[in-house]
Parts: sequence; C-alpha cells; structure tokens
Amino acid sequence: MGRSSVRVLAAATITMTLTSTVCFPRQEIMKWNGWGYSDSKFLFNKKGQAEFTGKRYSILGMVLPSLQDWFENTFGASVNHKSPATPALNASAVPPASLNEAFVEDLKATGIPFSHEAEDRVFRAHGHCLHEIFALREGKKFERVPDMVVWPNCHNDVVKIVELACKHNVCLIPYGGGTSVTSALECPPEETRCIVSLDTSQMNRILWIDEKNLVAHVEAGIIGQDLERLLNESGYCTGHEPDSMEFSSLGGWVATRASGMKKNVYGNIEDLVIHIKVVTPRGVIEKSCQGPRMSTGPDIHHFILGSEGTLGVVTEVTMKIRPIPEYQKYGSVVFPNFEAGVACLREVAKQRCAPASIRLMDNEQFQFGHALKPQVSSIFTNFVEGLKKFYITKFKGFDPHQLVVATLLFEGDRERVLQHEKQVYDIAATFGGLAAGEDNGQRGYILTFVIAYLRDLGMDYYVVAESFETSVPWDRVLDLCRNVKERINRECKERGVQFQPLTSCRVTQTYDAGACVYFYFAFNYRGLADPVHTYERVEHAAREEILANGGSLSHHHGVGKLRKEWMKESISSLGVGMLQSVKDYVDPDNIFGNRNLL
Amino acid sequence: KACTPNYSPGRGWPCFNTDPMLKRDGFEDILEERRNSSDLKYALRCYAPVLYKGVTPCKANMLKNIVLQSDQLHYVINQVSQESGEAPDIIQEEASVILEEMAHRLQISTVRFFAFALSKAFKTLFQHVCVNEEGIQRLQQAIQEHPVVLLPSHRSYMDFLLMSYILYTYDLALPVIAAGMDFMGMKFVGEMLRMSGAFFIRRSFGGDKLYWAVFSEYVKTMLRNGFAPIEFFLEGTRSRTCKSLTPKLGLLNIVIEPFFKGEVFDVNLVPVSISYERILEESLYARELLGVPKPKESTSGLLKARRILSEDYGSIHVYFGQPVSVRSLAQGKVNRSTYNLFPRHIPRKPMEETQSFVNDTAYRIVRLQEDNMVLKPWVLMASLLLQNLEGLELSVLTEQTVWLRGLALSYAAFLDWPDHAPTAKVVSSSLALHRGLACVSGGRVSLVVGEPLGPVTPEEALFNRAVSVLSCASYRNQVLHVFLRPAMLAVAMHTAASSKKNEVYNCFSFLWDMFSNDFILCPGDIVQDFEEACYLLVKTGAVQMPQQDIVMTDIGQPTLSFFNGLLEPFLQGYQVVCRYLCEEASEGLTEKQYIPAVRSFAYSVLCVFTGNLRCYEVLSSDMQKNALAALLRGKLPTQKALLARL
Repeated sequence: MGRSSVRVLAAATITMTLTSTVCFPRQEIMKWNGWGYSDSKFLFNKKGQAEFTGKRYSILGMVLPSLQDWFENTFGASVNHKSPATPALNASAVPPASLNEAFVEDLKATGIPFSHEAEDRVFRAHGHCLHEIFALREGKKFERVPDMVVWPNCHNDVVKIVELACKHNVCLIPYGGGTSVTSALECPPEETRCIVSLDTSQMNRILWIDEKNLVAHVEAGIIGQDLERLLNESGYCTGHEPDSMEFSSLGGWVATRASGMKKNVYGNIEDLVIHIKVVTPRGVIEKSCQGPRMSTGPDIHHFILGSEGTLGVVTEVTMKIRPIPEYQKYGSVVFPNFEAGVACLREVAKQRCAPASIRLMDNEQFQFGHALKPQVSSIFTNFVEGLKKFYITKFKGFDPHQLVVATLLFEGDRERVLQHEKQVYDIAATFGGLAAGEDNGQRGYILTFVIAYLRDLGMDYYVVAESFETSVPWDRVLDLCRNVKERINRECKERGVQFQPLTSCRVTQTYDAGACVYFYFAFNYRGLADPVHTYERVEHAAREEILANGGSLSHHHGVGKLRKEWMKESISSLGVGMLQSVKDYVDPDNIFGNRNLL
Repeated sequence: KACTPNYSPGRGWPCFNTDPMLKRDGFEDILEERRNSSDLKYALRCYAPVLYKGVTPCKANMLKNIVLQSDQLHYVINQVSQESGEAPDIIQEEASVILEEMAHRLQISTVRFFAFALSKAFKTLFQHVCVNEEGIQRLQQAIQEHPVVLLPSHRSYMDFLLMSYILYTYDLALPVIAAGMDFMGMKFVGEMLRMSGAFFIRRSFGGDKLYWAVFSEYVKTMLRNGFAPIEFFLEGTRSRTCKSLTPKLGLLNIVIEPFFKGEVFDVNLVPVSISYERILEESLYARELLGVPKPKESTSGLLKARRILSEDYGSIHVYFGQPVSVRSLAQGKVNRSTYNLFPRHIPRKPMEETQSFVNDTAYRIVRLQEDNMVLKPWVLMASLLLQNLEGLELSVLTEQTVWLRGLALSYAAFLDWPDHAPTAKVVSSSLALHRGLACVSGGRVSLVVGEPLGPVTPEEALFNRAVSVLSCASYRNQVLHVFLRPAMLAVAMHTAASSKKNEVYNCFSFLWDMFSNDFILCPGDIVQDFEEACYLLVKTGAVQMPQQDIVMTDIGQPTLSFFNGLLEPFLQGYQVVCRYLCEEASEGLTEKQYIPAVRSFAYSVLCVFTGNLRCYEVLSSDMQKNALAALLRGKLPTQKALLARL
C-alpha cells in the first residue's frame, strides 16, 4: 500500500503564493462560493450520471454510476430540478471598505502588502458554514466584510501590524485556511471600527528541523498538505491529518484545538506542539525553553489552544515530527449492526490497540460510500463484488439495511502492522465483524475529502447539508447517536421539510473514556421559504440534544460564534469568567474583535 | 350508536363556546360484534400486533437474563454484598428469586383463554363495552414510535383484564401490568394473571435496596427495549370512593427516568379513563370504608362472586386519551444534562427538579383521566339525592336533574345522556339500574336502606344507613372533579367575611389546601384553580365580579346553594374529625388507633344528632385519613377556628 490518501488525491498544491508578490489571489484557483479547487467539482453529466471533474483527485474523471440513484432516492430530489448558484460575485453587494486612513498610511510605510479589493475582502469574510456558502451562492447582500486584507510575511510583520492596529484602534481578524465551520470568520455586524483581515498565508516556511529532538519550527500560516509535503522531502511527517488538511493552516489548528485522523499514533494538536509564539496587543507570548513537559503553573499554551483568534495571532510553532512510517495499510470490517460496531471500537480502545485511524460508519454512510463506487471496469470485478455481497448478506445473514462498516488505517513497520492488523481483526471477530478488504477502507477515507465537494453538488439540486461533531463517554455513544438522529428527523418534520432528511453518523475517534462522533445531516429544501433558517433551527435542536445526552459542545470544530450561547452551560459561568479575564488582560481594547468564544 | 355521549348544552342554558381542546372522540361498542359472532373464533383468531420500531418480541426468560446481567443490578448486588458480608453469588441468587416471584410469563394461549371467558362474562354483565377507536388508533401509532406507558384509572378488579381484553380485540401489543402481590394469594388465578401479562410487586419494600433494584431494572428493561407497553395504576390501588386518588410516584419515576438518562428518545404516557355505569364492588367498597375488613383475595371468594353474574351492570366506557410525550412535558422544566456527571447505572435519588416534575406529571395525568371519565345521568341524580336524604318528589328530581345536566355540560362534563330519549325515561331507567340504591314509592324517591331481620341497635341502623349513603356517594364523587373548583369558590363566598375578592381568595385557598388529599388539586395550581372557578361561575351567570368583589347574581342562588350542598358532607366530616382531635384524642395516639377511635367518636356524634347532622360520610375511613393528613399539614387551632366558621 502506498502513501496515505491525501498525497494520492491532491496532485497539485496551493503553495503558489511564494512566487506571487503583488497580491495573493487564492480565489484564482479556489472557488469563491464553494469548497476547494475551482477545477474540481461533482456534476451530473448529460446522461444524468455523476462525474468528478479536474485532475487533482484519484477518482478524477471517473463516472459514479450509482450516485444519481442514491441521491434521488435519499433526498427525493431530481437531477431535473436545479438550483444553480449565482455565477460571479456581484461587487455591488459588497459594502464599501471603511478604511482607517491613518492606519493605512502607517501600514504603507512598513511595506507589508494589503488590499481592499471586494473579491479579496469577501473571500476572507466567511468560513464554510452552510449559511455562509448558501448566501454566497444566492448572491445575497453582505452585511459586514473585512475592510481590508493584509499579508504579513513573517513574525515581525505581524508584530508591526498588531502595534499599528492598537495605535489606530483597528479590529484585526486572523485568517488562516478559511475552513472554519463555526462562523468564526464572520465579521461582527456591530463592529464599527475598520476591520482588517490578517491573512497568514505568506508565513508558510519551515524555519528549521531539529532531528536530534525530532521537532520542526514552522511558520503558522503553512497549509497542512504543504507542511506534510515539505517534511516528507526530509523523510519526516507530523502525522497531523485533520480532514481539512488540504486547506487548513497550522495556526488555525492551534487556534481551534484541531484533531487529526491519525491522532491515535501522533496525538491531537495539543499533544504535538512544543512551543507556540503568539503576537498579542500586550506583546509576544513565548516560553523560555522547549522542555517536553513542565510544571510551571497552568500551561499558558492552553490559553492559546482554542482561543479562536480572540487573543492574538499565532506566528510560529515548534512541533513534533516523526520519521515517515515504513508501511501503511488500509482495512475494513463489516458488522451486522451499529451496536456491534460500537462495542468493538470500545473494546479496541479498552485494549489500547487502536490503529492510526479507526472509524465506524453507520448504515446510511455505508450506503453513501457505496454510491460513490466508480464504474466497475471488468466483468470479473463485477462478479467478485457480487460474490462478496452474497457472502455477507445471504451467507452471513447481515441485513443490508443494518450493516455498518469500520474503516482502518495501520501505520508502522511492516511486521508490526501485520501483527497489529491481526489483533484488531481478532477483536472484531468476537463482535461478529467480518474483514471486508482494503478497498472499502480506503473509500471510506476518500469520502471525508470529497464530502465537502458533494455538498456543493447537493446545493445545485435543492439539497442543503452540514456536518457537526461531539465527544461523548463510551456508555452514551449509542443513546446519543439514536436520540440526535431522531431529534433531527422530528424537527425537520415539524418545520415542514417535505422529504425525510439524511441523518448519518460515524464514530470517528476513540479515546480511553469515550469517542468522537461526527454527524452528517442533509435535506431537500424544496417548498421551504427559508431553508437556511430551517436548517439552523434543526442544527440548534440537534446540539441541544447532544448536550442533553452527555455530549460535549465540540470535539474539534470549536465554538466560534455559532455555539457561543452554550459556553456558560458547558464550562460554567465561573469558567467563562476566567477566560474573560484573560481576554481582558491580553487584549483590553478588543483589537482581536472577532467575538468568538465568549 | 347507543353510546355516543351528547355534549350539546341543555335546554334553558345559554350556549357557551366550548373549548376546542375538549373535543372528544365518539365510542364504538366492542360487545356488539361479540354478540353476533363466535367467541371461540375470536379467541383463536390471528393475533399479530405491531411492536415498537418493529422489535422482535422478547421471551420472558430472555428478559429475565437481561435484567440479571445488567450493570444496574450488578452494582446493587455488589453494594448489598459489601454491606451484608454475604457473597455476591448468594445475593445474585436472591435477586434471581425476587425476579422469579415478580416476572410475568405472558402466554398467548392464556390470553386466548381470557379472551374467550371474558367475552362470555362481559356479555352477561354489561350492556355495552364502549371504546373510543380514535384513541386506539393514536395508541397504535404511539406504540410504534416510542415506549408506551398505559395509565388507566382504577375503580375495579376488572380494570386490567378489561384493558388487555380491549388491546387484544384491536390487535395491539399486550401490556405487561404491575399488580399488587395480594393477587398471588389466589394461587391458580395469580398464575393465570401472570400468564396474561401481570407482574407482581410487593406492597411495601421500603428499604430493600435489592428488591427495588430488581424491580426498577425489570420495568426499565421492558420499557427501554419497547418489548411491550407497560401498564400500571397511578392511583396505586382501587379507589373505593370513585374519587381519583392522590397519585403514587414510585413507578412513574421508574418509567420516566430512562428518558432523562437519554436511554430512550421519549416515553409516551397514555391516560386511560375507565368508567363503569355500575361498579361490581359497589357495596363491598362501602362496607370496607366503614371498617368491615376487605375480603382477602381468594379463588373461592372469586367463585362466590359468581352471584354478581346474574345482575345488570350497565355499560363500561373506556377512553384512551391523547398520548402525553414526556419529552414535551419536560421541555424547559428538567435539564437532562444534570445526569451527565454521574454514571447512569448507579441508582440515585431523583433530584428535586425531577421529583417535582414527576409529581406534577402524575397529577396532570390523573386530571386527564378525570376529564375523560364518562358520566351517566345517575351520577347527577345521586348528587341531588345526597342533598335530600329525606327523599324528594320524582318530578322534582327529574326537573333538577335536567337543570344539573345543563350545568354539568356547560362545565364541560363528559356526560353520556341518551339521545332523543324523554327525560322521564332517562331518570326512570337510571333508577331501575340502580334499584339497589334508590327506590320510588308514592311518587317519592329515596335511598334504599338495607333492613336486616330482627332487632336493630341504633349503631346497626346507622351502619346500614351509612352503607347506602356511601354507596350513593361513590356516584356523586364521579362528578366532583367537574364541579370541585366552582364549588370551593361557592363555599368560600359563603364563608368569607366580605365579598372582597381577596378575602374570598383566602377562604378558597384555605379550602384548596385542606382538601388537597381528598381531591386532585395539582400542586401550585391554586391561583389558576381560583381563576378557573371564577371564570366558570361567571360564565354560567351565577356570579359577577364588579371591580374587586365577587358577588352572587340574581339567578345565582340555585347554583351556589347546590355547590354548597355538594361539599357540605366533606366540611362536616372534617369538622367532626377536628372536634375529635381537640376534645377526645389523647397524647401519643398512634395512627393505628386513630381510625377505630375516630370512627366510634363519629358514631356517637351521629347517634346524638341524627336529623340535623348528615355527615354519614365521616364514617368513611377514607375521609378520616384525608382529614387527619390535612390537619397534620396545617396548624390545628387556626383550622379549628376556620372550620367552626364554615
């Protein structure tokens, strides 16, 4: 088995910025009103068959014959009912930039590039929440967008910008990869000061690699896939692979407490960082050494991790690196039902033998994954597929509408991987699990990378979709999944959604004491006056249900402005007060005024 | 259809806007088909009910295993083992024995036997057994969507057989029913009931942790998995007085908890109102209330009761109410996340917030049961007769019954008054059905008092009189929930020193508090009840409320005096108990001594004052207990003073 999916998938990268000196138009290669690269998208061709365009992903150009049926049956949608997006940004819908002239003057003197073009500003005015993308597609008028964008090139540039912002009372909003799904990048409409989007994309260098201690010192604007690619060149990796890693930045990971797919081997971002450098209105926060663990009072890194851009800008990070693993292998296991699958994952967690990644997809997601199978090229493959299906459903008696699949990714030296694989499959067997091959496993991971592209396809045909996540103790996983799905179905019905929504979940990370659960939720919005509002009410209800069932407010997406209202309930008002007092000390004038979190 | 109740307002009464929420379903007589087709075929027909989310039914033994292997039970077994020093195996064995004693063994063959036998019995005993089919449809829907708890009213032993019979008839999942251990006294019958879905719980097991754990886990397992609807009686026991009893919370707590803990998405509570035109246990109840011990449940006793088969017990109405979603009820009242920080398998006393929610829910459900109780004309007649113990002219009774019908209808009573029948006919057929209680002689209607042969002591005469009064009262009691609030207001107006709204309210709230054991008054609803009472009395023109006053109107006299009369037996009864406590009761009186002592005090009072004191009902142990509870709750001297004024 070759390298992990991402490198296989994304042939080109977006590290074009180093060559560009005047402006930095990410929007030239990326969609302005949807996910990912402009040249990569799903569409239904003239025959009604689904295709994926562009050359970046391994399913590129392939025809997906079952997707249309799945799509129409699942959502009651039709490829004949299109809801196309506005083709181009309407500059008149963008409010004019209200500039702080004195700030602009001083900034010019520093030579740091900036822009107040409408396109640059709009591109950095949103993340990827459904309501944000929907508004872009509809060509809605923007209430508030950044008034200008600056591109610092290094830590010192950031120091200068923050100093000037303080001097002229300008609001700064740090911008990394723009993949936020918590409304964190939305400009507070009540903000009257000039808002400056601080785009970290030019700070994308690996400054040094320390092979003795296995750490690398990296500028925080680097994008996940570039970081891995550059480290790979020296034989290393960080192993931090959040699903957004094609586009999200190191600084963004720190600011949201990100979690990577392979955290079982490499840890989550808080386990990976050794040192963080942050520029705040009060100055620069740094530690004095790189000791691997310290007992020096509460760890100040933990004020920064998850601060969501409210305290300052992360400029440089020292993080752990590992030699590239010798061997990688995907795998999958089919279980008769979700209960059996969860019991197996729980046992794997108990024995602390989780592979680099282990995920359990429910039946809906299993079927979704199947709908993405490419056209089978030979009669033989077709025959083998049919035989497999027969074996599982008829011979083993699995109900195709109940069975679920766990996808696995093992990493390490070859022998260990094979040994590990056997251990995990043996555990799975005791829960009625059947090994279902490497292909199914890999397809499961592909799904995560293309899911956001699929949302754009859905939106072309009256289907809105979103995902959300939580973490929950083991004993509540099943109850939470069932209740949240039921709540969504119920709320949709009550709010006049005509066709039963798709609600699907997967247990996507395992821990000693619980798991991370990831939900997909989509519905056909034909006949609804305000689909986004309906969607938001349903998501709100789903979150209430999660909290009532012992789930957390967020496992790795963060709080942003979307989930602020539950912060007090989640961490107590005293807890909110503690965070507030840190904010008040570090940023008394609310220069970092994105109003996330608190 | 013979049993469609009539809710059009009576003649001579203004037409009021009826609350659309109070729209009730019509009824179907399920005996009609039984009379026209084979019972055997019916008992043997295909029975394939739909279950909760299509679960496969669970065999009784499998269910026991799930319970015995549950984390919940293991936790308590280890705890008890540590406390007692006994090995866990032994405790586990004990748990298994408890479960064996408790568990149902539902068997379709037994159900079929009952279906056959009950068809025969019902056809002899009753004219109609009426069921609201829309309620059945709602129930069927509910059973598929969520775990369902059936909460019928409890007036007769017949109740739970009747419930299962109806569910079988409509091809619905048969419930498992919580029954008191006393049934187990009847060896054979007990086992039969067990095989028709009853599970048995001891009447009291206060501190027995293990018993509680087995019991609650057994019930929760059935509920969580949706194996069968769970049925129990919120009132805990059969109401001997036909008034709804203060709900018991134990089982309700158990069935609601899985929702709070997120183990189920929702629980649906379905109130069921079972109204009997004539209760089989009618005179037994009166005697029991008067201190004649309740006959122990025994098979031979049951066989003796065959005698009752020769009598006509009129009709039964069973109304399946709207399913109540616990989830919607708890919205904004209970924060489920308070359960997040404690392992769910460790038993824990419910939090205050939860307790008050469960208590409130229990009261609301009992009120829903009351609302859908079908009332017969006789109930109105009994209320009038009890205010005229010396008897009254048939024509007067007829006229007043018609008047009362109008009043009841305008207060949204669920009255089953035969369509198109002349009033005289309605009255005479009611009297005929209840000829054991009232008789007509020389154009006068009066209560029938049993006359034993031979010489009679004054006490015996009094006892016999009391039997007939209490029997009759059990019918009047059925309408009390309709009139209670306006009646308390009428008494309050009568008693208050002035017509100031404030003062009337104070009196009302005193009565409300005092009577809260005797009647179903939801905790905390006092202001709402007062407003409802004012609204109803104003609506029927008996009262007007200029500014801060509440005054009777010119036409209000009959209504208000009827209401005063309606509550008079209760007021007098409480006064007698109060007098006893002040004058006679010695220090250190135990509860056990209290009932006989207050009873003999009441006898002596009644012997002296026959004629002007009509409070035979104070001889009822039910009233004695309720009065004591009320007096214990408050401050005796103030209450005495207030009661004296009444």
